[in-house]
Amino acid sequence: MEAPSILPLALENISLRHDGQQILDRINMLVARRRTTVVLGPNGAGKSMLLKVAHGLIEPDSGAVRWSGLPGAAAHARQAMVFQKPVLLNRSVLANIVHAVRLQGVARAKAVHRAHTALDYVGLGDMAVRPARSLSGGEQQRLSFARAWARDPEVLFLDEPTASLDPAASWSIEQIIVELRREGRTAILSTHDLAMARRLADDLVFLHRGRALEAGSAEQLFADPKTPELAAFLKGELHW
Amino acid sequence: MVRAIGAFLLAAAITASAPSLAETIRVASTTSTEASGLFDHLLPRFTAATGIRVRVIAVGTGQAIRLARRGDADVLLVHHRPSEEAFVREGYGLRRHPLMHNDFVIVGPASDPAGIRGSNDAIAAFRKIRGAKAMFLSRGDDSGTHRRERSLWRETGTAPSERSGWYREIGAGMGRTLNTAAAMPAYTLVDHGTWLSFGNRGPLRLLVEGDRRLRNPYGVIAVDPKRHPHVRAKAALRFVAWLVSAAGQRAIGSFRIGGRMLFHPAARPAGSRVAAE
Amino acid sequence: MSNLTEGFAAAFRLLFGFDADLWEIIILSLEVNFAAVVLSCLIGLPLGGALAVYRFRGRKAVIVLVNALMGLPPVVVGLLVYLVLSRSGPLGSLNILFTPGAMVIAQAILVTPIVTALTRQIIENLWQDYREQLTSLGSSRRRAIPTLLWDGRTAVLTAILAGFGRAAAEVGAVIIVGGNIAHHTRTMTTAIALETGRGNLALALGLGIVLVTLAILLNAAAWMVRERSMPETALIAANR
Repeated sequence: MEAPSILPLALENISLRHDGQQILDRINMLVARRRTTVVLGPNGAGKSMLLKVAHGLIEPDSGAVRWSGLPGAAAHARQAMVFQKPVLLNRSVLANIVHAVRLQGVARAKAVHRAHTALDYVGLGDMAVRPARSLSGGEQQRLSFARAWARDPEVLFLDEPTASLDPAASWSIEQIIVELRREGRTAILSTHDLAMARRLADDLVFLHRGRALEAGSAEQLFADPKTPELAAFLKGELHW
Repeated sequence: MVRAIGAFLLAAAITASAPSLAETIRVASTTSTEASGLFDHLLPRFTAATGIRVRVIAVGTGQAIRLARRGDADVLLVHHRPSEEAFVREGYGLRRHPLMHNDFVIVGPASDPAGIRGSNDAIAAFRKIRGAKAMFLSRGDDSGTHRRERSLWRETGTAPSERSGWYREIGAGMGRTLNTAAAMPAYTLVDHGTWLSFGNRGPLRLLVEGDRRLRNPYGVIAVDPKRHPHVRAKAALRFVAWLVSAAGQRAIGSFRIGGRMLFHPAARPAGSRVAAE
Repeated sequence: MSNLTEGFAAAFRLLFGFDADLWEIIILSLEVNFAAVVLSCLIGLPLGGALAVYRFRGRKAVIVLVNALMGLPPVVVGLLVYLVLSRSGPLGSLNILFTPGAMVIAQAILVTPIVTALTRQIIENLWQDYREQLTSLGSSRRRAIPTLLWDGRTAVLTAILAGFGRAAAEVGAVIIVGGNIAHHTRTMTTAIALETGRGNLALALGLGIVLVTLAILLNAAAWMVRERSMPETALIAANR
């Protein structure tokens, strides 16, 4: 964590069209250091796309993603992303993490050591030799977090990480997210789960049909929504 | 990547050429000599006598001549005298040596619809087959046997056309032609050696033999090193010399299947002439 | 009918009589097939992987071409290789016509399109699932190819076996460039052609049965290697 910070992250006027639909519409957003920013919104609001654009997986049609000071490639090395459905390689639990760490140019022995530490971090320490795909859904998602953590990222993109999990597994994932914040990492979390947003958010961006309708401190927005859409969403009355 | 493949090919080339430290020559020859087992009988004797190893590529006479013309063989051993003489005349080969002969026979279904059984006149037999429009299967592959068959048909006055219905060209070697003729069944021309060693006769029987015009002479020619400098001319000439020598001729004469001599030695008893070349 | 029973009897005698000539032929066949497949994999695996992950102009045309080349007639390949390696051909001075090396080259030309085309299909399917995750981990397309090949190893092994099957079964190419020379370039398939020509149908069939038996043994061995290297298939089955 000693490397110079790549934050704040600024999204400037991001627009994205796909199959003739406006997925993202002139989005402006600022992500500050050491805070958890929750991108909240109903299904289909464009949350995943927004995270992928910010992470550099998708090129926006217009607008810019600016990381403080560093050019894109150098900034990318300080980020990690956890997807809604974990994509694990067809090899052992440990090898999945070793592969990710080795991609950072770390020597094999050191990568193995780091992978073991990462598995302990998420509580999968005794599953190192298991084939990754034999794990349960919740364990697979914890492995995804371990893989992300092993890369020692400053910024983590978490795309609906608990959406496909049962309550117990979701709870253990939330514990990891809390721990990540305690370590001083910055998370950008997308979710449609209001309760989870209330528990985890420092800052909030409310996304609706590709537009960022409101942004600000979570406390303030939850207490006093300015737009009827957010107000309806907070009452559980806005579904898309 | 590229280097790995290069290394592989190099290794393959080295392993391929390694055994040739012991001198090895290539003989382009015909299916009849290979399939009858003659080479299995001759070559160990030659190698024992000289230390030279022989590799036989057995194809039709036409293809064997083309291989030798391109320089892909050191010795040509085939059975179509006019083509062999042309090969020498055009400067591809040294001298042609008569080596041995056997004979062609006409085989056909045991029921013999054309009624040729027992004849010793090949031309008359061919005329009867045409008269009866009985099925006849031609090699059609430009082999020595095929060329001979065409010239026999020409002697009957008119060569049959493939469109006539009863005359079929298969475009295959002797063995496949016999297999097919047995299945149809049909008449066909075959060299005696292949016929004797052939294991799948089915309804086919030997019907006509003994005509002087069915004699099948084999010749042997070393490829001319002036045309193809890479050929192993010395070893090739030793092979030719051995074949026509008393020892080689004895070996040919001692090759029997079921007690029958398949190839009759035919070289004039003067092997010294070859060595002088 | 009698030919069939005689064929099985001949196969039995050949295999269990440990006929020296037969074993020589079997070993040469396996060597040639194996070398051709290795050569094809050296070319086909990276090429198939590259066709799967890179996007460039003319890519579709290349894919169509490679797929079409899977159906190359062995006789045509044999003839082309013959003309190239012939003493009067451009590579005649290598002096490898009518050697096992020439047979390896001809078979590699037949097998490479199969390995390439099947690998391309396998890797392209994997890449669709893995692309975002691997890109997120900082893997370049080039670096992703070996990762994907290893992850798709089950399917890739099947592709390689398909290539091996093609090499082991073909006769048209090897008989032209090898010459079917006794004790030198005689393989299972050219020996079968020869014995058929001699009218020894039972012996030819016996050799064919030996060939099929070898193919079954080889595939069984590959299957066991696969099971051993990837116990997770068994584990997943146990979990469900």
